[in-house]
Amino acid sequence: MLSPTDPIDPMIDIVDLCKRFTKGKETITIFDGLNLAIPRGDFVAVMGPSGSGKTTLLNLLGGIDRSDAGEIEVAGERLDRLSESELSRWRASHIGFIFQFYNLMPMLTAAQNVELPLLLTRLGRKERRQRVETALGVVGLADRVKHYPKEMSGGQQQRVAIARAIVSDPALLLCDEPTGDLDRTTADEVLSILQVLNRDLGKTIVMVTHDPAAAQYAKRSLHLDKGHFIEKELVA
Amino acid sequence: MRSIMLQILAVTVINLKSLPQRLWLSLATVIAVGLVVTVLLAFLSMANGFRRTIADSGAEDIAVVLRSGAVSEINSVVLRDQVRLIEDGPGIAKGSDGKPQTSGELYLTVNGIKRSTGTKASLPLRGLGPQGPGLRRGVVMIAGRMFNPGSNEIIVGRALGKEFEGFELGRTVAFNNTRWTVVGIFAADGSVFESEIWADLPVLQSLFKRTGAVQTVRARLTSPAAIETLRAYSDNDPRLKLDVMSEAAYFAQQASNTSDLIQKLGWPLAIAMAFGSLAGALNTMYSSVAARATEIATLRAIGFGGFSAFVGTLVESLILAAIGGVIGAAATYLVFDGFTASTMGASFSQVVFNFQLSPRLIGQGLLLALAVGLFGGLFPALRAARMPIVAGLYG
Ligand SMILES: Nc1ncnc2c1ncn2[C@@H]1O[C@H](COP(=O)(O)OP(=O)(O)OP(=O)(O)O)[C@@H](O)[C@H]1O
Ligand SMILES: [Mg+2]
Repeated sequence: MLSPTDPIDPMIDIVDLCKRFTKGKETITIFDGLNLAIPRGDFVAVMGPSGSGKTTLLNLLGGIDRSDAGEIEVAGERLDRLSESELSRWRASHIGFIFQFYNLMPMLTAAQNVELPLLLTRLGRKERRQRVETALGVVGLADRVKHYPKEMSGGQQQRVAIARAIVSDPALLLCDEPTGDLDRTTADEVLSILQVLNRDLGKTIVMVTHDPAAAQYAKRSLHLDKGHFIEKELVA
Repeated sequence: MRSIMLQILAVTVINLKSLPQRLWLSLATVIAVGLVVTVLLAFLSMANGFRRTIADSGAEDIAVVLRSGAVSEINSVVLRDQVRLIEDGPGIAKGSDGKPQTSGELYLTVNGIKRSTGTKASLPLRGLGPQGPGLRRGVVMIAGRMFNPGSNEIIVGRALGKEFEGFELGRTVAFNNTRWTVVGIFAADGSVFESEIWADLPVLQSLFKRTGAVQTVRARLTSPAAIETLRAYSDNDPRLKLDVMSEAAYFAQQASNTSDLIQKLGWPLAIAMAFGSLAGALNTMYSSVAARATEIATLRAIGFGGFSAFVGTLVESLILAAIGGVIGAAATYLVFDGFTASTMGASFSQVVFNFQLSPRLIGQGLLLALAVGLFGGLFPALRAARMPIVAGLYG
């Protein structure tokens, strides 16, 4: 499962990936020869101790951070070969990010927040509004269109963030501890939505989490430790 | 293209909507830029008002003829033959006696004692022909009489008589070892001529050894437009190497020295202040970028380009500066426009004038404000565009 089992059309295909951080004279190696293949339609939970590189992996997958060596192919594109502006455009059409702290624009309403990714498309104003309504409907917030983030609970804010992530219909959702800031009940609501998005809308989801209960919503779990994936069974 | 515009618009809206969080810092920048513009416009409107006031005091239908290239009457010479050619020139009005209404004039300086300080100062002594007073607006005798031709008599402008000792009616004064009697005091509509002493031209010419030439010729034109005819006539005659201009144009030219000086004081001061406000703008915009780091990075993660972060930041800076500029212009308008001042110019006696703003000056003030906004926003905007997304998200 961890070596590329030649899925015909993988969503993610990482071969011998290296990632280092240099701070002054010090160099920290996060990944040194990482391999990973995730087929389309998968829902993977990535777990592992703090500092093991989970967030770094998501950043590489989403094309907001660069690798140092190796191949990284996501949604049919070799990210290690794209320029910054090509990456920007690629992100706009292929990736939906969901962050632990939602990262909504506090000065914009729910609808305006959700509309942001659509400003990068060719859609007209009317179409954009329809898409926004649909996306907010999917997360169950159709009645919160005009609310500002500060007028909503954490769970509601995260649902707005999910609506923003799916509104332009990207194939891959990258979630970094999406329930890390939520209580159990709210977390379950959010995770159920992710599950629906995976099952009914066919979104591929990679979700970093510390919470084994959250990982239960995924189809499978991967464990990252010291820069390598290890078999779940070995940890459990 | 449309997408880029939408991106820029969205980033700008987000920036501006987050302005209240940085209210005081932004306000400080606005006020600093406003002060710069106020100082600049105060000087420029002063210069403008001064020039316009002087120019307005000159008539359009009076021609002033000087030697070509002469900066003022003092260094002009017009020879007798040239005077005659001008008198016969086109566009010059004739009096009821059929004679051309012209006056050849000498412009000399003599010494006088200032009442206020007791110090010596030079006074203009003008020799003019019989038609000379009539070629100036509002010349009236307010005491005594006109000088008699061929005599050592002078008449004295009202302003000069007030400011200098010994020019009371009936007094005698000595210029160039000759004694002169004050036989009249005249007013001239408050113009510069009220600060002059007038005498008969031929008398001055012989006593000051200036026979055969004058310094200027003054003439009444048949209409303001006739100045062009007269100038063309002069330009086409090789014997006449002369500058022909209306009195208004001549006054404006004389005033421009002083108004240039005021402007030359205003611009460096305003630009020095602009550098100060630039430091403030830079600080404000760097703070703005730092405060918006997470938002910028989030937008970039969504797929917004670095360019929109750049432009959005620059636009915020330009808008702050523009608000400052508008406030500065409004302040100048409210405080200074029409504000009355007076000055002692080198070639003018006391001139009372108003500060005058004009759309052109306001445009210059706004341009300076926008320059501050542009340079104050440029480097912060570059930082916003180049900031690593990951650093913005988790830093
Ligand atoms: N920009 C950076 N510069 C230097 N070091 C970094 C940078 N980003 C991450 N690191 C380091 O890389 C390692 C992995 O970080 P990462 O954030 O990926 O861990 P994580 O698995 O997400 O941890 P957590 O569970 O605490 O979120 C850590 O040691 C971290 O200090
Ligand atoms: Mg992390």
